[in-house]
Amino acid sequence: MSPRGRPAEIPAWADLALLPLLNLGAALGASGLLIVIIGEDPRRAMATLAAGAFGSAESLGYTLYYTTNFIFTGLAVAFHAGLFNIGGEGQAYIGGLGVGLLCLAAGGLPFGLVLPLAIGCAALCGAGWAFVPAVLQAKRGSHVVITTIMFNFIASALMTYLLVNVLIKPGQQSPETREFAVNTWMPAAHEMLGWMGIPAGVSPLNLSFVCAIVCSILVWGYIWHTRWGYELRVLGQNEMAAIYGGISPARTIVLAMTISGALAGFVGLNEIMGVHHRLLLNFTGGYGYAGIAVALMGRNHPLGIALAALLFGALYQGGSELAFEVPALTREMVVVVQGLIILLCGALENMFRPFLAARLARVVPAR
Amino acid sequence: MIASGAGERDAAATPVGAAAPTVIELLHIDKWFGPVHANDDVSLAVRRGTIHGIVGENGAGKSTLMSILYGYYTADRGEIRVNGRTVVIRSPQAALTAGIGMVHQHFMLVDTFTVVENVVLGAEGGLRLAHGLAKARAELTRLARDYHLGVDVDAVVGELTVGHQQRVEILKALYRGADILILDEPTGVLTPQEADHLFRILRRLREEGKTVVLITHKLREILAVTDAVTVMRRGRVVANLATRDTSTEQLAELMVGRRVLLRVDKAPARPGPTILAVDDLTVVNGAGLARVNGVSFALCAGEIVGIAGVAGNGQSELLEALAGLRPIASGRIRWKSRDITNDHQALAGRGARRLGLGHVPEDRQRMGLVTSFAASESAILGYQDDPRYNGPILMDHGAVIESCRRQIAEYDVRPANAVLRTSAFSGGNQQKIVLAREIDRNPALLLVGQPTRGIDIGAIEFIHRRLVALRDSGKAILLVSVELDEIMSLADRILVMFDGHIVGEVAPAEATEQAIGLMMAGIRGDVG
Repeated sequence: MSPRGRPAEIPAWADLALLPLLNLGAALGASGLLIVIIGEDPRRAMATLAAGAFGSAESLGYTLYYTTNFIFTGLAVAFHAGLFNIGGEGQAYIGGLGVGLLCLAAGGLPFGLVLPLAIGCAALCGAGWAFVPAVLQAKRGSHVVITTIMFNFIASALMTYLLVNVLIKPGQQSPETREFAVNTWMPAAHEMLGWMGIPAGVSPLNLSFVCAIVCSILVWGYIWHTRWGYELRVLGQNEMAAIYGGISPARTIVLAMTISGALAGFVGLNEIMGVHHRLLLNFTGGYGYAGIAVALMGRNHPLGIALAALLFGALYQGGSELAFEVPALTREMVVVVQGLIILLCGALENMFRPFLAARLARVVPAR
Repeated sequence: MIASGAGERDAAATPVGAAAPTVIELLHIDKWFGPVHANDDVSLAVRRGTIHGIVGENGAGKSTLMSILYGYYTADRGEIRVNGRTVVIRSPQAALTAGIGMVHQHFMLVDTFTVVENVVLGAEGGLRLAHGLAKARAELTRLARDYHLGVDVDAVVGELTVGHQQRVEILKALYRGADILILDEPTGVLTPQEADHLFRILRRLREEGKTVVLITHKLREILAVTDAVTVMRRGRVVANLATRDTSTEQLAELMVGRRVLLRVDKAPARPGPTILAVDDLTVVNGAGLARVNGVSFALCAGEIVGIAGVAGNGQSELLEALAGLRPIASGRIRWKSRDITNDHQALAGRGARRLGLGHVPEDRQRMGLVTSFAASESAILGYQDDPRYNGPILMDHGAVIESCRRQIAEYDVRPANAVLRTSAFSGGNQQKIVLAREIDRNPALLLVGQPTRGIDIGAIEFIHRRLVALRDSGKAILLVSVELDEIMSLADRILVMFDGHIVGEVAPAEATEQAIGLMMAGIRGDVG
């Protein structure tokens, strides 16, 4: 029983809070250094970024709107069955297709009926798109990391075909459908707050955000508080133990993947039903891939994913403000900062662990 | 410490080492893992040119102590002195610099590399590999000859026997200049003959002035090969003894802290009706080879049937097939009075458990438990559907933890903490968690694989008593073990397996180890 390779033991609070904060601090420090090298003032850059993300009701709305997408795709990445679902992008795309088709058809229905139907369509289409790779993995051993990426490309090609040849609004050049009837639009946050008499800045934030929070809670409950979640976690930790415990790996993989696909499909609610109100190309904008980083940084825990999604949302929104305010810091620079965060919080997450363990062993007296 | 040359020569001639200088000194070592005090003010002195044994139950802190010495962990408090000088060992590299080498329980070798390539890995010496290899080959050949290791330095490691692979590990440590060798449970994977050979090598190392620290739980080995022995219990050193002044009984008592029964006390079996009848059973592996070949036997309520055999002769596959974890190629299985051969659902998935068939798998860490889960979660593996743990949708964690607490109390699992990570328990306590889970369901038949592999005397005694108690309550037990002692003391009937066949059946009272040993080597014995 060699202890080599095992991460150093540190208290849970340090593991869950202090270490990520330390990593984030290091990432921001490195970013600051980079900004200095470019010849800008890092304090001003950070202040601009923070103000751009949280400074006004409007900017906060944008931040949370991005956060919504990241929560969905982050939750979708790894469903604790020991597999990485890289296909969030494609599943979100097809989920959006489902939402779009429903909204095109549901012109006359009341919103109270449209909403559950749309949620169902998004889930069904996203899940369906994940189901095929899942079955291939479970029955044929084709690795989902490969097949889900392939399915991203298939989704992209399929959507282009459908929008260019089938769903395009007659008599126009750009490959988009007609705008949906207003009764199928997801109510925006400023509208809902307005109904309650609270004035709020106009932003794309909409009811989907609530849906994302509910999904996070449901996922948490499912994984840690049901027997099905238990089976999922056993499989993710130790396949031999799962088989011994009478858990069918094939069935569990398919289940986990389809739930993941459904979650990714909900991006369609936010983008198609909440913002664009029409079906168009590339509305997924890389959220599916960014979700991998969100899940990594959030350590696959719904709360962690929600926080990581908020951070990424803030970087997206604050980053575009930054690029606007400080021309030397381009959009690409913001991507570099994101990359540094992913590097230090994800790939190198244990870098400070031995140091921290040694420090804490000295500071915190052994009980 | 004043060491005269004469004293050292004396020590080499009569390897007791009383006059030899101290080579390793551990002073007041303390180590905590969260709430667990793994080493509590441990002080220990090892003399040059001796074989020093460290014994203790699992979880007594032996491995932690040696990990501190080898730089895997750093002590929270305390001092390490090597050859009288205080040293700080923060990594295995630092340990090697101080002249300390370690031979692990699980070998750290690349199977596809030759012995030379394995040894130089990480110590290639310069940019040009060929040059370093040639130098290493000459040096290794010399070392292997000097210490009678009998290792061909150009052999591919994967083709060597386990015993030889272990010697490669020893060679690796010697090549890196180790003067002090730590061996962690070295005989766990060896046949008796290989173990004897290892002891000859260790004595040879001692003659050459090397110091050996031997961690083991096998008291016979301590008496056979060491000069001095340190006994640890619950993180503390409870005794430092000269080996010639002690005995198995004394060591066992010191380790456990009370008198222990080294033999199993049991009344004669009173077999009841047949629970399981296996007829001409064949199990095929992935490559299409028959691992269990035409095996027939019957198992009655209230008896323990032991399956003896050298590891890898089909016992594991037989056990797993009966537990529903492997498909059956041909043959018939009868459960009580029902033929379940063609009932595919009878054993598969959770079917075996529904029938009343418990299974303590051979490898608790890879199969029997989820080591990263809390003990309470490991303690429901296979029974996660049980209504007593579940509401309509949500799992009742309170009930899960409560049930685990009860099992922990009943099976004396230490530490008594149901929410501690499973991996934080020692092997013996992990095995108790598995055993508690399986026996708790009151199975009509319990399949038990290697119940005491790698665990300590106190836990072995406990587990054996539990199994006998289960038998006495009228349950059937099928026991597979590579420890012949265990089979002989527990089983009411012994079946011997060789190459997938049952080559004989003996009654333990009439059997001798030699007779069973011959059958285990494939020489068919008289049935009866």
